[in-house]
Amino acid sequence: MALQSPSLDVGGAILVKPTPTAAGRGYWQSVGRRLRRDPVTLICAAILILLVLASIAAPYLYLADPYKTSMLRRLYPLGSPNHWLGTDELGRDMFARLIYGGRLSLFMGVTPVVCALLIGGSLGILAGFVGGKTNMLIMRIMDVFYAFPSVLLAISLSGAMGAGTENTLLSLTLVFIPPICRVSESVTTQVRGFDFVDAAKASGASAFTIVRVHVLGNVLGPILVYATSLISVAIILAAGLSFLGLGVKPPEPEWGLMLNTLRQAIYVNPVLAALPGVMIFITSICFNLMSDGLRAAMDVKA
Amino acid sequence: MLLYALRRLIYLVPVAFGVSLLVFALVHLAPGDPISAIVPPDAPKEVVDKLKEYYGFDQPLPVQYLRWLGVTLTGDLGTSIGTGRSVAAEVGSAFGNTIILAIAATLLAFSLAVILGTAAAYAKSRIVDRLVTVISLIGVSVPHFWLAIVLVIIFAVELGVLPPMGIGPENSTGWQFDRAHLAHMVLPTIALSVIPLGVVTRTVRSTVKETLSMEFVTALQAKGMRDSRILFHVLKNAAPTCLAVMGLQAGNLIGGSILIETVFAWPGTGFLLNSAIFRRDLPILQGTTLVLAGFFMLLNLTVDIIQTMVDPRIKRG
Repeated sequence: MALQSPSLDVGGAILVKPTPTAAGRGYWQSVGRRLRRDPVTLICAAILILLVLASIAAPYLYLADPYKTSMLRRLYPLGSPNHWLGTDELGRDMFARLIYGGRLSLFMGVTPVVCALLIGGSLGILAGFVGGKTNMLIMRIMDVFYAFPSVLLAISLSGAMGAGTENTLLSLTLVFIPPICRVSESVTTQVRGFDFVDAAKASGASAFTIVRVHVLGNVLGPILVYATSLISVAIILAAGLSFLGLGVKPPEPEWGLMLNTLRQAIYVNPVLAALPGVMIFITSICFNLMSDGLRAAMDVKA
Repeated sequence: MLLYALRRLIYLVPVAFGVSLLVFALVHLAPGDPISAIVPPDAPKEVVDKLKEYYGFDQPLPVQYLRWLGVTLTGDLGTSIGTGRSVAAEVGSAFGNTIILAIAATLLAFSLAVILGTAAAYAKSRIVDRLVTVISLIGVSVPHFWLAIVLVIIFAVELGVLPPMGIGPENSTGWQFDRAHLAHMVLPTIALSVIPLGVVTRTVRSTVKETLSMEFVTALQAKGMRDSRILFHVLKNAAPTCLAVMGLQAGNLIGGSILIETVFAWPGTGFLLNSAIFRRDLPILQGTTLVLAGFFMLLNLTVDIIQTMVDPRIKRG
């Protein structure tokens, strides 16, 4: 089967060429130095940090109550007094809801990727390092998940399990395990073939030490780059599930769900109806550019 | 070649087995009893038991799976709980509508991607290259269902030049090739094509750029070959990698069109799947997922085979 990647994927197939030197402190220092000289990545990181901080600190920011509805103040336009981004279809303050919305939207984008990184990464390293039948078993199971377009898999799983935040997190994690597993498996298999692993074995290093020092050192870079771009996919997918009514339930503020409920307002106040999507767009673009910057800084070939 | 294709088909059997297990499991992932979706909660216990027996839900799971697999392999996907029609018929008519949209979006995305990607790789000026990079970045980052809404706002609500939803005029029964139906296709096609456009443009740009730096290009130039002939050779060499990514994107487009179909109320498989989920119509959910996954597998297989045909460097072992 051809190299595959999830549907909303960024670079298509990833061909990873690990640097055959174990990554020591010097490597990460030079990565940091290169990142500091990359204005685009720095700006994106700043925007993302701002978004995360704002959503964490939302209750202390003197914002309007994002749940307080008002039948009198429905669909105020942008720039209204006291509601400078207007109000939604139930008269709730849009600015407060957009900031509060970041809590769930960011959480639901990042968590599945982190979980999949831990599970898929370990499975991939296990498959690549042990090889043989273990590799066969793990990778054939991953092939089964690859037979589904990723959006379809996410929607069918969430659809069967029912709406809700936990189910969305679970189905998205399942969707992201196979691609991460594949990348880490292919890098591990390559690393295992290098002479320095044989040298380590000959000098009596335990399997655990070899994995910790040599395999992880080489696998971490490509996987981190890949996972960062997957977060952008995950944020869009999570918002998409909520948009379909399969994720977060109302009245919780969440960007995808807000897009859904504001759809009826496109004839009254079109700009307002498009606002939550702008937030998703900005977040997703920042994660993609971060991934590009990391890739260049870590010298991962893609 | 035929032998190779056959062998690839045989490799697919264990994967297909796994897929069938997963699709079967979908029904049992659902909270509560599969029966609870069809009977009211206050139904007497005898009726529930009788229905369970009728549908075979009283049997142990492996038996249920084998039975379901046997029936499914004959092409019978069961009966929709919501409409009472056969699932195969429902999925079949929806699948046709999805394919039409997918073909249009694929053609648009791939032709634009090849032009933009090649132009960026050839570009002497940084501006063209930058512009194409930005376009592909937007393509992979934009939430396409949001773009769909924005398109509706601009072209249907504000300008009023294109219809906001549906497959055709109100009395339309299915897709036909005429002006009204084509007008309904414009916005969904654009919305659906942004992701493949972004992904494929990136691939074409980097692959063509890499091919251009190869020695054979210098050799051809030294030989005095015309630039247009060289372009042909470059594209031919870049084709296999791009084809692999394109095939995958085409498959994902079909599986991933659910959000776009929902925004535009386009009566395809995604729309069907979405309404099935909310009616708790598990046979439709199962049937649609199975058909789409099967199609995706066959498409990947086809792309694999075409790739080995185009590129003799890939071993057929």
